[in-house]
Amino acid sequence: MSAILELKNLSFVYGAGTPFEKKAVDDVSLSIEQGELIGIIGHTGSGKSTLVQMLNGLMKPSQGQVLLGGKNIWENPKKIRDIRFRVGMVFQYPEYQLFEETVYKDIAFGAANKGLTGDELDHAVRRAAEFTGLRPDMLEKSPFDLSGGEKRRAAIAGVIAMNPEVLILDEPTAGLDPMGRELLLSQIIHYHKEKGNTVLLVSHSMEDIARVADRVLVMNRSHLFMLDRTREVFAHGDELEKIGLRVPQVTKIMQALREQGIDLPDSVLTVDEAFDTLSSLLQREGKIW
Amino acid sequence: MVRDVAFGQYFPGSSLLHKLDPRTKLIGFIALIALIFCTFNYPALAIIVGVTAFLLLSGGIPFKFYLKSLKVILIVVLITSLLNLFYGSGEPIWQWWILKLTWNGIHRAIFVTVRIVCLILLSSCLTFTTSPTELTDAIERLMKPLNTIHFPVHEIAMMMSLALRFVPTLLEETDKIMQAQKARGADLDSGNFIRRARALVPILIPLFVSAFRRAYDIATAMECRCYRGGTGRTRMKTLRMSGRDAACFVALALIIGGVVLCDIFLKAAI
Ligand SMILES: Nc1ncnc2c1ncn2[C@@H]1O[C@H](COP(=O)(O)OP(=O)(O)OP(=O)(O)O)[C@@H](O)[C@H]1O
Ligand SMILES: [Mg+2]
Repeated sequence: MSAILELKNLSFVYGAGTPFEKKAVDDVSLSIEQGELIGIIGHTGSGKSTLVQMLNGLMKPSQGQVLLGGKNIWENPKKIRDIRFRVGMVFQYPEYQLFEETVYKDIAFGAANKGLTGDELDHAVRRAAEFTGLRPDMLEKSPFDLSGGEKRRAAIAGVIAMNPEVLILDEPTAGLDPMGRELLLSQIIHYHKEKGNTVLLVSHSMEDIARVADRVLVMNRSHLFMLDRTREVFAHGDELEKIGLRVPQVTKIMQALREQGIDLPDSVLTVDEAFDTLSSLLQREGKIW
Repeated sequence: MVRDVAFGQYFPGSSLLHKLDPRTKLIGFIALIALIFCTFNYPALAIIVGVTAFLLLSGGIPFKFYLKSLKVILIVVLITSLLNLFYGSGEPIWQWWILKLTWNGIHRAIFVTVRIVCLILLSSCLTFTTSPTELTDAIERLMKPLNTIHFPVHEIAMMMSLALRFVPTLLEETDKIMQAQKARGADLDSGNFIRRARALVPILIPLFVSAFRRAYDIATAMECRCYRGGTGRTRMKTLRMSGRDAACFVALALIIGGVVLCDIFLKAAI
């Protein structure tokens, strides 16, 4: 494995030189391997969105560098558009960016900008729709006639169709119902598995992050607070709570049981995992068969 | 970014100017701006310049923001003062082809430049130190007498404050949509005029859609709070004049008196 994204002393200041000056990202350095699924968490206003928008050149860092595949993305500012096809970015509430007459055309917008035409374009659009679970008959509808969740899917498909090497999703499940969240999340996992691409997922739901992420990046007041394997990060429940975050509920329950002296691992991330550990424990003690 | 516009921006603060009643400020600044155009000799002009300088200093806003708003009209100032320079009447002191420099022209150019600069500085000073809400409040109160001739003062003030309220929101929204379309490879700043105009479609459509959505939302929200127009409404913040405001009106009267006296008793320079 090799680092696909490397951030070196990255900082971003909003409104530099005005009374509203605000350092939203402060001296962040890290590196992300090809094929990883990184979860990004942090309380509101901690700089998550600002950080990820610098990764595809939508915002130019005030200081520091972003290296994509070892090359500084701002090396040639004229070529910054190419970076945007390589690092796909799905914004918070992406449904507001839909504008075409049909869902099909809207999904094709990015891929066509990239230069795809004909069969290649058609294939990319249909694949992307499939990944996000849009039925083929929806492609001919107007995007404004879709439900909120379907709009979200269409917007995400529009970025996936560009086939980016790195996919960044900023709170893709915000405002969806539990079923919709679940579905979207499993589609993201499926996409990640099948393509083997690098995915960065910003989310406020610790349960979601715990389920999907290989590693978790924690932001706190513009600083990088922690970047480690998911299990390790959620083993630091106390520290996370100090900066206004929590661990998944099931992790918390299991930690409480452990404090009672029950022999359990120190970081259990999902309900399924908790079920397995508990039932094998009970079996060992002969309480169930 | 679209949002980095200095002209007409409010800077919160606690200076004397910030604390004044917005009605006082509105009347005062309008009177001063009218007075700028009633100056016909140098002592009168000096009074205006002095007052402007005093106001800028007491507002406590960093000077570079005033420079920024002046930059916008630099070209206008240059052109008008050049025109005035060569179109004065009287004895030419220097002549070349149709260009004829006269003392009168020089005086005119100086007056025009100083007047425009003071005008911009004063209006920037007003908007820098008064929030849009305060301003519309002041306008509504001052125009209240027009109610008697069935002029819908309250409705117009409400429309103004809603519009002002949504300017930053829409700018922010434009910014967001632009970023999102750029992320999908939209090319906004290259190509000829037609290509650029076409490139705006992916930005304008979502923007209109969201503007309408917001308009409906705000209408519903107002109805839910039983809004039914201006009659019988009381205000959460009533405007109150204080001693400060009285002092300002006295000062304003003195300034106007000074300028008028200069105009009457001294020879006009232009
Ligand atoms: N356009 C802007 N102009 C000025 N300040 C901004 C702007 N956008 C964000 N900020 C400030 O920068 C800081 C970081 O914002 P950012 O959007 O990156 O936070 P976030 O972690 O994504 O929060 P959330 O979880 O609410 O989305 C915040 O304090 C915010 O107030
Ligand atoms: Mg955010």
